[in-house]
Amino acid sequence: MSLVAEPGLVADREQADAQPRRRGYASYVGLKVLGALGSLFFMLIVNFFLFRVLPGDPAKTLGRGRLVSQEQIDAFNKTYGLNQSMPQQFVTFLKNIVHGDLGISLQYRTPVSQLIMDRLWPTILLVGTSTILATVIGVYLGIKGAWNRGGMFDKISTGTSLTLYSMPEWWLGLLLIAGLGVGFWFVPGIFPTGGLNSPDVDPNSLHGVLDTMWHLVLPVTTLTLAYLAEYSLIMRSSLLDELGEDYLQTARAKGLRDVRVRNHHAVRNALLPTTTLIALNIGFVVSGAITVETVFSIPGLGLLSTDAIDVPDFWVLQGTFLVASAGVILANLVANLIYGWLDPRVRT
Amino acid sequence: MSTATLLAIRDLHVSYATGEGPLPAVRGVDLTVERGQIVGVAGESGCGKSTLASTVLRLQPPSATVSGEVLFDGHDVMTMRWGELRAVRWAGASIVFQGALHSLNPVHRIGAQIAEPLLVHDPSLGRRSIDERIEALLDQVGLDPARARSYPHQLSGGQKQRVMIAMALACDPELVVADEPTTALDVMVQAQVLGVLSGLVRERGVGMMMISHDLSVLAELCDRITVMYAGRVVEEGPAGKVFSAPIHPYSGALSAAFPRVGDPAARFSPAGLPGDPPDPRNLSAGCSFAPRCPRAAEICLRAEPVLTTHLDDRMAACVRIGQPDPLREPTEVAG
Amino acid sequence: MTAEVTAPRLSPRQLARRRRVASWKRGWTRFHAHRSGMVGLAVLVVFIAIALAAPLLADSSGLDVTQADGPILHAPTAGYPLGTDENGRSVLTLLIWGSRISLLVGLMATLISMVIGTLIGLVSGFFPGWVGRIFFRLTEWFLVIPYLPLAIALATVLGRSLVNIIIVIGVTSWPGTALLIRSQTLSIRERAYVERAEAIGAGRWHQMGRHVLPNVMPMIFANTTLTVAGAILAETTLSFLGLGDPTRTSWGTMLDSAFEVGAITTGCWWYIVPPGVCVVLVVLAFTLIGNALEEVLNPRLRGR
Repeated sequence: MSLVAEPGLVADREQADAQPRRRGYASYVGLKVLGALGSLFFMLIVNFFLFRVLPGDPAKTLGRGRLVSQEQIDAFNKTYGLNQSMPQQFVTFLKNIVHGDLGISLQYRTPVSQLIMDRLWPTILLVGTSTILATVIGVYLGIKGAWNRGGMFDKISTGTSLTLYSMPEWWLGLLLIAGLGVGFWFVPGIFPTGGLNSPDVDPNSLHGVLDTMWHLVLPVTTLTLAYLAEYSLIMRSSLLDELGEDYLQTARAKGLRDVRVRNHHAVRNALLPTTTLIALNIGFVVSGAITVETVFSIPGLGLLSTDAIDVPDFWVLQGTFLVASAGVILANLVANLIYGWLDPRVRT
Repeated sequence: MSTATLLAIRDLHVSYATGEGPLPAVRGVDLTVERGQIVGVAGESGCGKSTLASTVLRLQPPSATVSGEVLFDGHDVMTMRWGELRAVRWAGASIVFQGALHSLNPVHRIGAQIAEPLLVHDPSLGRRSIDERIEALLDQVGLDPARARSYPHQLSGGQKQRVMIAMALACDPELVVADEPTTALDVMVQAQVLGVLSGLVRERGVGMMMISHDLSVLAELCDRITVMYAGRVVEEGPAGKVFSAPIHPYSGALSAAFPRVGDPAARFSPAGLPGDPPDPRNLSAGCSFAPRCPRAAEICLRAEPVLTTHLDDRMAACVRIGQPDPLREPTEVAG
Repeated sequence: MTAEVTAPRLSPRQLARRRRVASWKRGWTRFHAHRSGMVGLAVLVVFIAIALAAPLLADSSGLDVTQADGPILHAPTAGYPLGTDENGRSVLTLLIWGSRISLLVGLMATLISMVIGTLIGLVSGFFPGWVGRIFFRLTEWFLVIPYLPLAIALATVLGRSLVNIIIVIGVTSWPGTALLIRSQTLSIRERAYVERAEAIGAGRWHQMGRHVLPNVMPMIFANTTLTVAGAILAETTLSFLGLGDPTRTSWGTMLDSAFEVGAITTGCWWYIVPPGVCVVLVVLAFTLIGNALEEVLNPRLRGR
């Protein structure tokens, strides 16, 4: 029973099937992956320019202070194509990277790729834990603050977030070490002041695992506080932007509970700019990891980079730069894919 | 079936709190809608009609101050308990919002959005019966039921508006408030949407409050029309009469703004009304329409006119009705 | 409300000037109403005053290591209100003079970043076709590169000096600004009066200079404040990592020294806490000002 007298009066665009939707997301994914590859390539160019072109002769610096024969120098130059023209060097550079050869470290005299593999896990552990905690807590704080904006919770939460955001995260780490690691006044220094493991504990045993977790308490707290300040501010501002939208009035008019209007409608839409902004600031995650590892002497990629500064160990720096950038590109890709899943408008 | 009036708004005042002082949007409005009746509310933007509509379901912003009564089926919406109000929302009365472009959530499918109030008001409904209901609703407004899987951005303006109507009917409300349902639609789609709405009333006995600045649309569809200006009612009466023989000068101007096809005189008469609606914060003591009124006289500036009954079954708020025009011959517009 | 024309008639330029002045006044009134923005402004003024008046507040000989005669890493005393560093210098003197470098680097680096970012943003937003697209891609690619590894790399390669660190920070922080300016430019370009300008034959650069730029300026202004905040944090971090100018004292180098000499584990709080607090206050001040400016300039954000 139709209430419309003449349904055919206005021609309807008939797009009956739901198939286009699936195709839409697939092509969106393809596009984003291509974009990521493009960024990767650009980054490799920058990397090459920065570390090959600007500094001096690696063979000489590596061989400094040791007896090195001309043959060894020649062989070294050949592997890394140092006698070739610039474009050819770049090709060799790319070939080496594909094979996992990132050069030799000046300090440790070991392949850079080896060093990176050894140090990868502590960094992932530290950054991974902090990011997850910070996202969960930060998003929650942002939502509560925005929905009851101007209230006491909002004022305190926003003020704290702004202050934490204005703080160098490593300085917060220093304060935590001084306060809870070393202890001052009446506060006991119960936490370790650095490192990932106690010296006489087997890291693979249960005791070792607990020991590692205990060592990670302060650094994870530092990073989590630094990240969550930013995430809660982002979530809050995104949700505030959604508050004036018309569809929220429709939702309330339907008789929905306030919490459902907030979560199912407002927050669901606010997640879109939040994802974008968090993706834009992933560099912040990386820099936080570098500085906090340095301060807490966690043997990860960050400490590797900062240790390489003084030498200067260019090839280690190049390697960590590569890994960090590739990580950011990957994280951005993931964020883009999540966005495409959340927002149907970009898929079709 | 209850015998109480479906909707009775009594002496409603709504004022918004702004940084520059209180802004009175509605200043003492009475309105009635009976079951099976269509009441039109006409006026320019800013006259308070949308605010009026939002009060029916107590959707005005928290910062607004409200006094008066909004009686839905005899119960005052303004003082209802939260649980009662939520039950009334959508299941008792629903609203078709202005500007459907943004009244639908862009990230959820149409079907899910229509199903939502169904699930809230009757949690016992199974998946199958909900899907059937959605199909039936979409069919009633002339949309392909497969549309349920579409997202709002995949629909045209007219289609979205029809989705809003289907959604408004989902819980079988007794009252539907349609706020500018045909603005921003082209003429063909407008005709179709109006057809849907009139069919609603005829076949289901739903009461309707229809808001528009387009008096000709209201005249076609409604039983009675209320004309608002600057937050007050300036004229009220049967739809046809208000449109063809308005009493209040403002209604006259509104009516004249829409030339009738086949009327040669209408092609040559000036259609617009000079000036703008008054700033609600700076209302003068007298009639708020006086600055723009072609029939204004000195007496109009003394006090705000009261709504009084003129001819049988018609009301208007003007002191100059029936008085001779000192400057020119009274036109056939003035009663 | 129709404007009434009374004698003397103002020329269009004078009218435009008057309206612009009036809108500045309105903007100031609105900014004034923001308590947080005003607090930020007050704090900033204090710090700038300290930086400018440094020679008056603490003798510059206090920075000279060879002339230092205080006790090493001593807690605050009457003569040394904030204690001493590992060379026997007064920490308070270091703090006051350090404000100069921290602020200077922050401002100069921001200048570079804003110039690059605005230019690229304007070009990528304003020129349609492949020119705009190339610049946009460039911005996107640059954005993906994490800032600290790049800054470390550049600083290591270029060497440690004041100028270099300014360059490093400036060159790594422009993409954010470029993106913002680009989106602003895009929306302004859509506006009718730019179309009209083009219709009467105005050239691209003329359009950009006369129409787009003045409307983008307010956004640039707000964004600059927030960029300075980031630049100061960047300088502090880079100096802490040992990439700052070794001959100058900044709050970052102070913290680097403190870390190096183990002030953390020996509880020399007067060395660790003050520089960090200063950084937090200054960065917070700029952030609050920037947020307040954004609210003033973007009506949508009002009422937050």
